[in-house]
Amino acid sequence: MKNRALLLYACGYLAFLYLPVLVLPIFSFNNSQFIAFPLSGFTTRWYAAMAADTAMLHALGNSLKVATVTALLSTMLGLSAAKAVTHYRLKGAGAALGFISLPLFIPDIVLGISLLLLLGTTGLPLSLAAVVLGHMLVCVPFALTVLIARFEGFDRNLEEASADLGESGWMTFWRVTFPLMLPGIVASLLLTFITSFDEFLVAYFLSGTEATLPIYIWGQLRFPERLPMVLALGALILTVSVGLVVLAEYVRNLGVKKPMVGA
Amino acid sequence: MSFLDISQVSKSFGGPPVVDQVSLAVSRGEFFSLLGPSGCGKTTLLRMIAGFETPDSGTISIEGEDMTGVPPHRRPTNMVFQSYAIFPHLNVFDNVAYGLRKLKLPKESLRAKIEAMLATVRLEGLGGRAADQLSGGQRQRVALARALVREPKILLLDEPLGALDKRLRETMQIELRALQRKVGITFVLVTHDQEEALSLSDRVAVMESGKILQLAAPRELYDRPTSRAVADFIGEINFFHASVREMDFEKVMVNAGLLGIVALPRTNVAAGIKSGDHILLAIRPEHVRFSVDGLAGEIVAATFLGERSHFHVRIAGRSEPVAVSGSAPPSGPVHLAFPPEKLMALPTGD
Repeated sequence: MKNRALLLYACGYLAFLYLPVLVLPIFSFNNSQFIAFPLSGFTTRWYAAMAADTAMLHALGNSLKVATVTALLSTMLGLSAAKAVTHYRLKGAGAALGFISLPLFIPDIVLGISLLLLLGTTGLPLSLAAVVLGHMLVCVPFALTVLIARFEGFDRNLEEASADLGESGWMTFWRVTFPLMLPGIVASLLLTFITSFDEFLVAYFLSGTEATLPIYIWGQLRFPERLPMVLALGALILTVSVGLVVLAEYVRNLGVKKPMVGA
Repeated sequence: MSFLDISQVSKSFGGPPVVDQVSLAVSRGEFFSLLGPSGCGKTTLLRMIAGFETPDSGTISIEGEDMTGVPPHRRPTNMVFQSYAIFPHLNVFDNVAYGLRKLKLPKESLRAKIEAMLATVRLEGLGGRAADQLSGGQRQRVALARALVREPKILLLDEPLGALDKRLRETMQIELRALQRKVGITFVLVTHDQEEALSLSDRVAVMESGKILQLAAPRELYDRPTSRAVADFIGEINFFHASVREMDFEKVMVNAGLLGIVALPRTNVAAGIKSGDHILLAIRPEHVRFSVDGLAGEIVAATFLGERSHFHVRIAGRSEPVAVSGSAPPSGPVHLAFPPEKLMALPTGD
């Protein structure tokens, strides 16, 4: 009896987690402008409308640009910081890590307003570049966490062995450190990409006239007739996001089975 | 000018010195060992030769060339790491070929060179094997091949046999010695295993607390230790407190308490011992003999070891039993004899 109750609880919990999300794909294929049950038939016209919407495509392009640049920069910074923290006994390493992670705990709305004020007082324009900088505050801690975990299993003797076999620091990085860190680097790229791509608040404050996709979707909610199209878009983003996260987890675990120490 | 010259080298990591004013010289083609308990500074000294650590003071030179400020990747040394540090993302062939990139060899001659080296360390045909599919002994051979293929002037080995089981370790000892003779490269080995150091090396430096206690050929270390610490560290030994009564050029008369008054050959007395000194008399278990007369004792522990057995014999007036190695004596009370020519006189060390 007890097991059955637990099973029910588990199913109820999963339903609570995922049913609301499933509403999106279901209504995105519903042949009606109104978001209400019962469903009135299958259609793909919302997807077609979405694909024809140039403003939406432009916003999508902006989001991809911002997310790509954010992912690359955050991962690069994260990689250097993770290597420094794990490879050297540094004074104040703990404090530095804490400060790097702090933006994760600052509410995004506070972060957004602060950055907006900062841009305003320094006279820098609101732009996608500003959004990238804002996103990096949130993404670098993520990158750092993923990469430190990967570096911790890394045998320092491997880098010494490379130096001993005649390679300088730079070539050692390319021939040993980078290939062994690759799963962590890919995981970090995917995670930061998704974080930036989905982010709304900071982008809303900093993007100025160039909307990113979440901002564009927010804007569309004012027009009821466009709502099904937004649902279609949401369903697509959902699918890609979940896909990327699964891929990131898969890649991150790649090679974990293989020992990272000198085999 | 020696081949490898270490002069007055010291190193500390913010505490007491780990290596303290060490000087030693290694000749070309020698198999040299640094022997000592963990924490004695032997690995730090090896890492300074490789360039991974910088001496606080003193110089290290190879063939007369000062190595100060020369980074590891420009030194004519190669190292076999304790963990072997085989690159896990490369197969055996690529691991061995790793250090040859700058030679820019044509593909065929690179292949021939690697195959020849793999044959030397008896890994023929395993070039395609992934790094994580190697046994402990194979990994050790890959680490050796990877270092030797670069034809270093000095090969540094950091406890290379420590991770292997006893049987394999003995096989690899023999192979390592044969390999060194074959390639003719100078080997500097770090180990805490005295048997390994004695059986492999031309000369051994025994280290403790960052200093060299004694540097000598294995036979001499065993037969003529110059200090209590070396005598204790190399093999098993019995100590007796004693004092020097008188000495001349040939003989030294020693009052050895339980053993009575004995006359040792002068060559058995460590340098610096003077008449009247309080000293230690040391004797190896295999030199103590069961005899019909002599010191009476009782066997308190016996270990059968095949051809020889090992005994602990308690004698009156001494708390510690005497270790004796030999063939089984008659049962009951025994008598021990201590041949004077096998007794060594050492400073007490305090």
